[in-house]
Amino acid sequence: MKAFLQKFSSTFGADMGGPLIAFVAVMAIFSLAADNFLSLATFGSVAFQLPELGLLTLAMLLPLLTGGINLSVTFAANLSGLAAAWVLQANGGVDAAGGVFVLACLAALATGAAAGALTGVAIAYTRAHPILVTLSMMIFLRGLGEFLTRGGDVSGFPDYVAPIGHGSLFGLPIPLLIFILCVGVWHVLLTRSKLGFGLLMIGSNMEAAEYSGLNTRRIVVLVYTLSGLMCAVAGIIMMARFNSVRVGHGESYLLITVLAAFLGGINPFGGFGRVLPVFVALIVLQLLSSGLNLMGANQHLATALWGVLMIVVMAARTLASHTRIFSRKKA
Amino acid sequence: MGTEPLLSLSNIKVTFGGVRALKGVSFEVMPGEVHCLAGENGCGKSTLIKVITGVYKPEDGAELRFDGKVIPAMTPTLAQSLGIQVIWQDLALFGEMSVAENIGFQLAVNGKFGLVDKKAIDAAALKALARLGVSLDIHRPLRELPIAQRQIVAIARALVGEARLVFMDEPTASLTQSEADYLIEIVRTLSASGVAVVFVSHRLAEVLEISDRITVLRDGALVGVYPVDGMTQSRVTELMTGRNFDSAVIAADHDAAPVVLSVRNLARTGEFTDISFDLRRGETLGITGLLGAGRTELALTLFGMRQPHGGEILIEGKRMEFGSNRDAIRAGVAYLSEDRLSLGLNQPQSIADNLVMASLDHILSNGLISPTKKANVVSHWISALGVKIGTPDDPIRTLSGGNQQRVAIAKWLAIGPKILILDAPTVGVDVGARAGIFDIVRKLAAEGLSIIIISDEPPEVYFNADRVIHMADGQFHASYDPRTISLTALEAAIYA
Repeated sequence: MKAFLQKFSSTFGADMGGPLIAFVAVMAIFSLAADNFLSLATFGSVAFQLPELGLLTLAMLLPLLTGGINLSVTFAANLSGLAAAWVLQANGGVDAAGGVFVLACLAALATGAAAGALTGVAIAYTRAHPILVTLSMMIFLRGLGEFLTRGGDVSGFPDYVAPIGHGSLFGLPIPLLIFILCVGVWHVLLTRSKLGFGLLMIGSNMEAAEYSGLNTRRIVVLVYTLSGLMCAVAGIIMMARFNSVRVGHGESYLLITVLAAFLGGINPFGGFGRVLPVFVALIVLQLLSSGLNLMGANQHLATALWGVLMIVVMAARTLASHTRIFSRKKA
Repeated sequence: MGTEPLLSLSNIKVTFGGVRALKGVSFEVMPGEVHCLAGENGCGKSTLIKVITGVYKPEDGAELRFDGKVIPAMTPTLAQSLGIQVIWQDLALFGEMSVAENIGFQLAVNGKFGLVDKKAIDAAALKALARLGVSLDIHRPLRELPIAQRQIVAIARALVGEARLVFMDEPTASLTQSEADYLIEIVRTLSASGVAVVFVSHRLAEVLEISDRITVLRDGALVGVYPVDGMTQSRVTELMTGRNFDSAVIAADHDAAPVVLSVRNLARTGEFTDISFDLRRGETLGITGLLGAGRTELALTLFGMRQPHGGEILIEGKRMEFGSNRDAIRAGVAYLSEDRLSLGLNQPQSIADNLVMASLDHILSNGLISPTKKANVVSHWISALGVKIGTPDDPIRTLSGGNQQRVAIAKWLAIGPKILILDAPTVGVDVGARAGIFDIVRKLAAEGLSIIIISDEPPEVYFNADRVIHMADGQFHASYDPRTISLTALEAAIYA
């Protein structure tokens, strides 16, 4: 058992324990409480709902690991979606050709990356707190988006856009596949790339990283740029799912992304964390709300329970770390 | 000094998870005595203090007496009411609060009706400072005070609690010589007023100057209690480590070796001026002088983290223009920071990550970090420098100062440097481990690395460098050859 635990923690990281236990608990409780929980329908609904929140969480993750935060993720996603929508509309709308869609996606990615890069430059060169900078960015992007759309929807896309939000490939929802691909990219980035190494180092001590020759400003700019890129991916998926773009779509996800990251064992002060536990934590959150939905509970109750889950996990972690302290030798 | 001990302990045993931290130690302090508790890190000094203050419970069979009375179960509250105070190394003061508030902190917490009585606090602060024979502006925020005066504030706070026995943990670690002298005067005043002081310090010279008696611990066991009269630094070192360190000058000529680093009239406004020297292959240059002489500023300029306002830096004859320390690292300059806790190492991160932090480019394959190459580099350096670790994934803060410093050196060796600048390499490192660090430095020099050692402590550069430069007020004051000057003469020149 002990050997197994060691193998487990060396493969997945010790932070995987919490989310996995929560996963097992949620599965067990709902399969007992609702007899139709363990069904394809449940997992179908989870699979389609997961990617939006998941992609935005990935966008939030990198800044959190540097000890920062990105409060502009949802509006950056909206604005990227808008950029895509306009490219489609300006080139035929419902009749736009496939090439135009590629162009639209590139426009979205460019918009997201630009918003992120601007944020990163502001943080890296003013050394202002990321909360201030990204809050300003969030308000700026929202205002800009509302001004440009006059608060309304932009819709009317070619038919082939919808499957990106609703279609399946090899029996798996396309948005889920895109999300899993992004999880994989983020995982490699964090565990194997110089940038991933550097961003974790600056997360726990920016000055020590600078003294060791890491280009901390460049890392900060890249982190927020990548965060913006991930927002753009989320923006494209949201456009395809709703078949429209509206500034404010997914706004309520903002703080849930932070919650999911912490639930996945991300150190709130930065420097430590992995992608896979966060992925499991996201599944737990979605299962919880789908399960409650099946049992006929109010959607708002699910949100409340997310908060409760977080508090329980925090308390459990504190208890676990205390027992570890007591059993460990001290000099 | 009375004849009855103020505090006496016997047969103190403490075990942490199978590790014996204290193996039946006894300890005694006389009233009004200045006593030194000496020993390397991990020898059980802090554990002993925590037993005395009731933080840890000793195992059965222990006896603790205070003022002649047996104390069956010590608790932190009881220790405080008996007048036992500890001033920890980090002082535990409040930077944003005033001097008076820091000193009268207990009164502020225990005020009537939950209110803070400012007048009572001011009065208590003035009284405590007067007892120490010091006058400070009690309304100044603490953060504006130099570190030596903060020490005074911490001592004054202990006096408000009617202290009878004060423990001072490494009180002079971050002080300059003159500040340390000042503190020693304060301790004398304190002792004269009947308060016993137990000094825990690495700086042996001070220990010998100030203490009446010295208790030496090694590996959780008592080595002995000795009167300070007739004790020498090398004897104390021997008792602490159980080993004998013979010091001999190693200086040698390197005139035949090629010049690696050449500094010409280097200057930075307000920091240093007109610095010129050559450093040859395999040569070790020692730079010493008081704090504020501009040594670290010079080192940071050579390391590219600050840009010079005048003069030039040449490496192997090529003029360098460092835009950042990344340029300097590429040119082969490595800099071991004096502040290992916040700048030199990334304390919460793992040993392995700290070790490869400066040399990521050496462990890439196909543009990604190769776990195999990383593990190889880490295990190579861990064994080459004899670092004692559990696993490379442990946070580096779990290592002792000496082992941390070895990892910090390994981090720089991993880049394959030409020039290694060691800024205060033995701060917070035990006497025994210091010798180990300098053994490594000598070996590196013999392999052809050019080294600059910057140190507060003249003996360190005297015994480990080929040449010693005395830096004062941002200038190179004089250069000495350890073979032609005695250590005493060198120290006299520096402290003159």
